[in-house]
Amino acid sequence: MTTQPLLQVRGLEKKFPIRGGLLQRPVGWVKAVDDLSFDLNRGEVLGLVGESGSGKTTAGRSILRLIEPTSGSIRFDGEEVTGLPPAKMRALRRRMQIVFQDPYASLDPRQRVRDVIGEALTIHNIGTKADRRDRIAALLQKVGLTADAMDRFPHEFSGGQRQRIGIARALAVEPDFIVADEPVSALDVSVQAQVVNLLDDLRRELGLAVLFIAHDLAVVRYISDRVAVMYLGRLMELAPSDSLYDRPRHPYTRALLSAAPEPDPDAPKQRMLLEGDVPSPMNPPSGCVFRTRCPYALPACAEPAASIPREVAPGHVVSCIRDDVIMA
Amino acid sequence: MIDGAMDADITLDIRNLETHFAADPGVSKAVDGVSFTVRRNETLAVVGESGSGKSVTSLSVMRLIPTPPGRIAGGEILFRGRDGRVRDLARLSEKEMRSVRGNEIGMIFQEPMTSLNPVYSVGDQIGEALRYHQGMDRKAARAEALALLKKVGIPAAERRLDEFPHQMSGGMRQRVMIAMALACRPTLLIADEPTTALDVTIQAQILDLMRRLQAETGTSILFITHNLGVVAEIAHRVVVMYSGRVVEEGDVRSLFKNPRHPYTRGLLACMPNLGQSRGEAARLEAIPGNVPSPMNRPKGCTFAPRCPWAEPACTTAEPALEPVSPDHSARCRRWRDLP
Ligand SMILES: Nc1ncnc2c1ncn2[C@@H]1O[C@H](COP(=O)(O)OP(=O)(O)OP(=O)(O)O)[C@@H](O)[C@H]1O
Ligand SMILES: Nc1ncnc2c1ncn2[C@@H]1O[C@H](COP(=O)(O)OP(=O)(O)O)[C@@H](O)[C@H]1O
Ligand code: SF4
Ligand code: SF4
Ligand SMILES: [Mg+2]
Ligand SMILES: [Mg+2]
Repeated sequence: MTTQPLLQVRGLEKKFPIRGGLLQRPVGWVKAVDDLSFDLNRGEVLGLVGESGSGKTTAGRSILRLIEPTSGSIRFDGEEVTGLPPAKMRALRRRMQIVFQDPYASLDPRQRVRDVIGEALTIHNIGTKADRRDRIAALLQKVGLTADAMDRFPHEFSGGQRQRIGIARALAVEPDFIVADEPVSALDVSVQAQVVNLLDDLRRELGLAVLFIAHDLAVVRYISDRVAVMYLGRLMELAPSDSLYDRPRHPYTRALLSAAPEPDPDAPKQRMLLEGDVPSPMNPPSGCVFRTRCPYALPACAEPAASIPREVAPGHVVSCIRDDVIMA
Repeated sequence: MIDGAMDADITLDIRNLETHFAADPGVSKAVDGVSFTVRRNETLAVVGESGSGKSVTSLSVMRLIPTPPGRIAGGEILFRGRDGRVRDLARLSEKEMRSVRGNEIGMIFQEPMTSLNPVYSVGDQIGEALRYHQGMDRKAARAEALALLKKVGIPAAERRLDEFPHQMSGGMRQRVMIAMALACRPTLLIADEPTTALDVTIQAQILDLMRRLQAETGTSILFITHNLGVVAEIAHRVVVMYSGRVVEEGDVRSLFKNPRHPYTRGLLACMPNLGQSRGEAARLEAIPGNVPSPMNRPKGCTFAPRCPWAEPACTTAEPALEPVSPDHSARCRRWRDLP
């Protein structure tokens, strides 16, 4: 049983209605996530990157069913999660947690830290009242805070410290899996490194599986075993980190990597500058959604077949029909 | 008049700028004795973490500090205008400032929506600056606005001229801001985090655009960012700010290849490397602790509580900004000892 992936996502789709007019009737749909499939193993970190609006947050939340997926299958530890009745879902939530981007907005300002963390313990009936205090103290220590933090309010902490509290809250119920949605994007670089190190230590120590969503491609490489690249709701490429960064195959991944500024004035600046903007997600291009900005696009790229992800090397999935480009 | 006090190729010379905010109780010295220069044809990047005083510095130059609670409490902001005349912006009247802002000094901000007017078409907004500062008539201003939109690479510029800001993407709005900032051929362009809200592929387009425009016009650029990758990409010289002060300054190569301040070194070391595989990457070197609040600055060297090189003397007296080489200086008493 242990060889089975912890999480198996197949054909995940999430559509949001766009409302308009006086009556706020749906006037169209945004496919925020379209046909997303991947596995996540126990103790593994999968990085999820892509530009704003590419569907990363929606994917993460759909998997936890914090929002209802439109279709597709999500199996967690062998059990189908979609359609699970609320009581069973609550029990499962204990094993799946989330850490949010904004450490300022994600903590209730009126709750003391001990209640922020203790709430999850109460909901899931973990431990007795008496030993909860010890548990909370131990959790705070684990994330690099002192036990006296327990009696203070979130506004008394810096951004990095608040993010540590958010992580402690997620870890309180001893999950197997966490979605970390841009956990360091709001932090200063010097503090970002503190939190990245902490997450890296925790996943090693606790064997956590993590879906790590971020903009910063270097941070993602640093922390992830494998990386998935999304564009306009679709998976463009998925591969072990080193293959993806050292030998990106999809034209979009290549463009994304070459656009990332490096802190080295001598770094070669051979840019693959993409023209134009990401098209509207309400009206995405047919076939390969990247084709309106892709320098290699052919007429065939507008056909449905061009959007299908395929394995081009062991564990290396690419959604592009041009073998001459992706194998080059 | 201060003609002659400043090298002919210097556009902006900030000397000992102090910008303070009234706080309760006391006063917050957000910018505390900052000096630097920007030359013609040069991009100077000011880099530092949030709260280090970058924006307050740029708002001081434009004289847009909200007063009260803020005020420029000391120093000079010498600026060379289009006619070569040098004036101290810190001492200009608001009326005089209005003829400088958006004219001889162009501005680009992080979030274009806050500086573009939502109820006017982008053509009208660009045209307005040209009519106000350059006395163009409506027709000439519209033609010039169109030329500017084309210059900053907006596709279908004729159609976009009559669109409103909310109809455009973030990257396109930022191009409109740049077109507007460049409309009156400023000698100085101030860009405060102009690409921070943009995706990397759009950021790369905007940086490329700014480089090309500078090559064409020779405009000096004061580029404010917290992103060292962007600095390496765009800057000729760099000023590193920490807690309201300049802690290191130099040409971009010296600063990245031979940083002499522990804070600069820390910033560089805590960034993971895009080209490095996970297996070979060492643990990230985090800088312990947090940026101090300007209300509560440590005595002596403000970086001392976070500095791995600190020695007892560091906490008694504030080190001076010492020259390391002709175009490189650092505010650290131990700069010679760093490996
Ligand atoms: N509740 C909603 N209603 C309508 N559309 C939505 C909703 N939530 C997200 N979307 C749309 O779905 C798409 C994907 O959004 P999502 O937030 O998942 O992107 P993201 O990749 O996380 O972006 P970012 O990097 O900006 O966080 C976008 O087009 C977004 O506008
Ligand atoms: N309008 C204001 N009133 C009071 N304090 C301010 C104001 N604007 C900025 N400050 C303070 O000045 C310091 C520097 O801020 P700022 O220049 O915005 O930093 P950054 O380097 O992130 O741009 C911060 O401590 C900030 O809180
Ligand atoms: S399928 Fe066509 S448009 Fe899409 S990435 Fe490949 S070459 Fe480009
Ligand atoms: S002066 Fe001392 S504390 Fe300050 S940066 Fe230098 S070594 Fe560190
Ligand atoms: Mg998101
Ligand atoms: Mg700022």
